[in-house]
Parts: sequence; C-alpha cells; structure tokens
Amino acid sequence: MAVMADSAAVPEEARPGPQAPLRERGGGDQAPVKQRRISFRVRLRRDKSLLVMVIPTMLVLLVFNYLPMFGTVSAFEYYDPIYGFFHSNFIGMQNFNQLFADSAFWHAFQNTLVLSLVQLILYFPVPIALAILLNTVLSTKLRSFIQAVVYLPHFFSWVLVITIFNQMLGGAGLLNQFLRQHHMATWDIMTNGGMFKYLITFQAVWKEAGWGIIVFLAALAAIDPALYESAAVDGAGRWRRMWHITLPGMRGMIVLMLVLRLGNALNVGFEQMLIQRQAVGPQHAEVLDTFAYYYGVTGNNFGYGAAAGLFKGVISLILIYAANKAAHRLGEDGLYRK
Amino acid sequence: MSTLEPLLGRRAKAGAGTPRKRAKGRAVWEEQPTFVGQFGKGAVLTVVVLAVVLPLYAIILTSVSSEGAINRAGGSLVLVPDGLSFAAYREIFSNGVVTRAVVVSFAITAVGTFVSMALSILCAYGLSRARSVGHRFFLAAMIFTMFFSGGLIPSFLVVTQLHGYDQYWALILPSCISVFNILIMRGFYQATARDLVDAARIDGAGDWRILWSVVLPTTKAVTAVMTLFYAVGYWGSWFNTLLYMPFDNNKWPLSYVLYEYVNVGAKMPGLDTAGSGAAVQHQAASPFAISMAVVVLTLLPILIVYPFLQKHFTKGMLTGAIKG
Repeated sequence: MAVMADSAAVPEEARPGPQAPLRERGGGDQAPVKQRRISFRVRLRRDKSLLVMVIPTMLVLLVFNYLPMFGTVSAFEYYDPIYGFFHSNFIGMQNFNQLFADSAFWHAFQNTLVLSLVQLILYFPVPIALAILLNTVLSTKLRSFIQAVVYLPHFFSWVLVITIFNQMLGGAGLLNQFLRQHHMATWDIMTNGGMFKYLITFQAVWKEAGWGIIVFLAALAAIDPALYESAAVDGAGRWRRMWHITLPGMRGMIVLMLVLRLGNALNVGFEQMLIQRQAVGPQHAEVLDTFAYYYGVTGNNFGYGAAAGLFKGVISLILIYAANKAAHRLGEDGLYRK
Repeated sequence: MSTLEPLLGRRAKAGAGTPRKRAKGRAVWEEQPTFVGQFGKGAVLTVVVLAVVLPLYAIILTSVSSEGAINRAGGSLVLVPDGLSFAAYREIFSNGVVTRAVVVSFAITAVGTFVSMALSILCAYGLSRARSVGHRFFLAAMIFTMFFSGGLIPSFLVVTQLHGYDQYWALILPSCISVFNILIMRGFYQATARDLVDAARIDGAGDWRILWSVVLPTTKAVTAVMTLFYAVGYWGSWFNTLLYMPFDNNKWPLSYVLYEYVNVGAKMPGLDTAGSGAAVQHQAASPFAISMAVVVLTLLPILIVYPFLQKHFTKGMLTGAIKG
C-alpha cells in the first residue's frame, strides 16, 4: 500500500514545536529546519485519498455557491434567460441606478431594518432568560423534559409553524373562537399589518428561542460552582450572584450571539415573509429578500432582482466585518480572532 | 481546530456536556427559595411548555375528530376529545395528491439525506488531518460561502441554466451541503482518539478503512444528529419547490402541498379542504379535519424520530461545538 508506506516513512504526527510553526501551504521546501523535508509530490501521494474525499463537496459548492457568485454579473446586465450570463446585454450600473431611485426598494430596506431591530430587542433576550431560568431547575428529569419540549419547534418548517399559528391566532383560530364564544371583539393577528413585526418576532421566539438556549446552557455549565458558594458565604444574595457571576460568565457567549445576529441583520426570515406576504400585504412584509424574489423570479426582471440581492450581500459582508470589529473592541473573539 | 474555536471554543470548555456538579438537592449555602419565586418560575415554565404542546395536541386531536365534534367546537380546533373519526385520513389517502406527496417527500428526504451525509462525512474526514495538502484552502473556500453568497437570483439562474427547472435534483443538490454541519463533524473527527487511528494505520489501514472502521463507529452520536438535521431540512423543504417546481402538483412534496392547500387555501383536486366552496359529494370528513390531517402528516415523522435522537443531539451538538 503506497499511501501506507509513505505515511509510515513520514510521521505526520511530528508536531512542530511552538517556536517553529509549520507553514501549511506552499510545499515541503518551506518546512522549518527541524522538520523533515517532504516534497509536495510525496505529500500529495500521502494525502490523495483525503483529497478524493473532499472533492465531491467542493464540486457542489463550486456549482451551487461559487457559480452564483460569478452569476452576480447578471446584476449589471439586462439578463435574458435565452442568452444566459455570457450573452445578455451588459448595461453597467443601470440596474442599480434604477434600484436606488425605486421607493419600493427603499421601503423594503426600511422594513428589513425595522424587523431586524424589533427582533433584536424582543427576541434576543428570551433564550438568555430562559437558559438562566432553566438552569435553576434542580430536578434533572424535569429539566431535560422541558429542554426536549422547547427544542422541538426548531425542527418544524416555517410552513408548518405558520399553519400552526394560523390555527391558534388566525381569524378562524382558537383564540378568536374563544373570544367569539365569550362575546368579545375578535382580534385577527395574522392579517393585521401593524402587528406584523411583533407577530414575526413571536413566531421566531416560538420556533427558535428554545433551541437558542443550548449555547447559553453550555456557558452556564462552564461557570465554576465554587464562585457561587464563596459569593454566598460572603453574603451575596441570589440576585447579586446572578449579576456578578452568572451574567459575566455568559458574557462571551452573549457577545458572540450578538455579533452573529448583527452580522445577519438583513436576514429577517425570508420564508416567513414570503408565506405571509399575501395575508398582511407587501407594504408590511416586503423585505430585501422578498423584493429580489418578486422582481426577479416572479417578475422575470432578473437583473434587477440580482442587483437587489447583490446590494444585500455586500451590506451583509460589511455588517459582519463591523460586528466583529465591535466584538474585538469589547475584548471578545467574535466570529474570528483579531 | 481553527474555525469553530473562535465560534464556540474557549468560553465553555469545562464540562459543558454534563450539567454543573451539584448536590442532589439544593447546595447547603444556598438560601431557601421563596414561595413567590418558586410559583413564578413554575408558572413561566408551564406556559412555555404549554405553548409548544397545546397547539400540537389540538391539531392532532382535531384531525381525528368527527365532523360533529368540530362543529360543536365552533369550526375551530377541538380541545376536548368528543367523537373520534379517522375519516379525514381515509379521505386524504384515497386522494392521489396527498398520497403521492408523502411518497415524494419520503423519497426526497431519503435520497437527499444520503447524498448530504455521504458528502459531509467524506469532506469532514478529508479535512480533519492537520497539514494535509490543501486543507487550508478548502476550509477557507467553504467558510467564505457562510459569509457571502451570490444571492437568490443568480442561484436560481444557475440552476435553471443547468436545466434544473421541474427536476427533482433541483430540490436536493443546491442546498445539500451545510458548511456548518461539516465543521462540527470535522471537530468530532479530529477529537477521535489519536491512538486508535495510529494503531489502525500501523496495522495497515488506509484512510478509507480508518474512516469506515475507526472514525465512524466512534462518532455515531454526531452521525445520528447530523442525519436528523439534514433529514428534517429535506422533509420541511418548501422554498426550493416554490422556486423550481411551483406548477406541477403531481410532483410536489408534502410541505408544498401543506402550503398550497392548507396555508394558501387552494382547493385540493377532488377534496374540499378550504371549506368555502361547495362540499365535494361523498366526502365523509369535514374540510377542516382534512386540513389538520395534512398538518399531522408533516408533523408525525418528526415527532416519531425526535424522542430517539433528542438525547443524542443535546450532547452531540455541545461537545462537538466545544471540542471544536
């Protein structure tokens, strides 16, 4: 077995000392002095089965992730499906000029930001509070039962979640049925445009808040119990302990989740919006994603939709970068380290 | 590993998988809880649990309720068992649309999960050894897709240019890779006991052999969890159908049938689900029960698989993320 012989001859476990970090790319001739020299060809032969394993995934990513990135060229074209990416009419910035003069686009952008902000304020603290609350439940059995229940909706699709919400809160749903039976005014939340941002957030809480507690429970479990004990001995009550031990212990995770949330600020639940757009009307539910979908796919104005999508992608990239910078300022790692 | 460590690594290292070590009851130094505190906590947790359980209970019960029971409940969800009937299920299974959709959904889920898992396992193992050729480059290429995408329209255009419109592969391949899942699996594979891998290598095992006979058997938990993640994704997948297959109701998976006939309220061929139009003759079940039966069908596989995997994934997710 050729691979075997090579890897026996070249112990890949030979870990470089901390003073001699091994260059990972660029072939064996850059290896530091202590390291046995391995030519690129030998490494290639040694790792060829690993490469074969990686290639299928890379091909899929190439076709379905990287080709679309080059496909953003359609944002600068009057894209026609008959001519494809290469032979459509190149029109430069015209799509963007039109986009930035389009009040519907700015309205969608504004909706996106407002929904994102509401979700940040009303959704974000819920998993944290729930995790702290759950952590105080002493019985392990009860705790794992509650965990099992609250994780469950994470595995439901949005279509399912919204159907369930319709049956509970919609015009013919359980809530309004109850109100009618007791001769009170009905309240159709599902088609109420003004309530939409809160409805969306409530749905997100119902579906994802339970799942969101996992990471916070992990952070809580990592806090040294001796801290609580010595604080209690020193006379700190339960609220002081929460303020001075529990919350600081979760700080890193909270900042990380905040960074993720901010970096994703423009993703406000595409499927959610798409499914409920009819019910509440586009003036409330149109966000950047649905804008791109309706102008591009439904309206066949592909270049225009692609321009809106590219705008969103670039802003998102900037947001991720900015959120990480902010995290580094706060002395945390964020998504990547400084 | 370098990628997940900044994500989840250093913060939660110590014993995150197991709950904090604690005396059986309350620690001696801890003050006795107040009655109000206990009551409030209990109330909040009860509301949280009920918010999840009650809708599911009501929907399942309604789907097996007789028409009379639904009418007595005022045409909305039934909360108290009052006359059971499986007519709704008989109706939808004697109607072609739903039956076909169930078959399609199961097929897409099975094939898609297999493809996703095969690709993910291979890729995660292929990238799990430090300093293998090109692994930095491949990792970077993967992680970049987490931060930037060409957007919806270019993806749609690429798939349609590849003649994916109305093809089943368009419901599977474009979203068959989750980079995040691969990174978690890679973390597990890296954490597989070095000694075991080395022993196998000395015994003459190549990488395929090591993956199959050493790494996979020792990481069954993460395999189970990831299978669940992918399977649930395919089972509920709706958007790809909307994009690539929105017109041919003979080909729709169940989630799209749920959307079209229950959510949008379109009339199902041969069955009255909307409850508005003239009732189809010979229809034994109420339209509402039929709608709820479709909901239950999409719900049921998840509810059945969930209890078996639930324990696994809490543990699996955490240790995976933390070992990172």
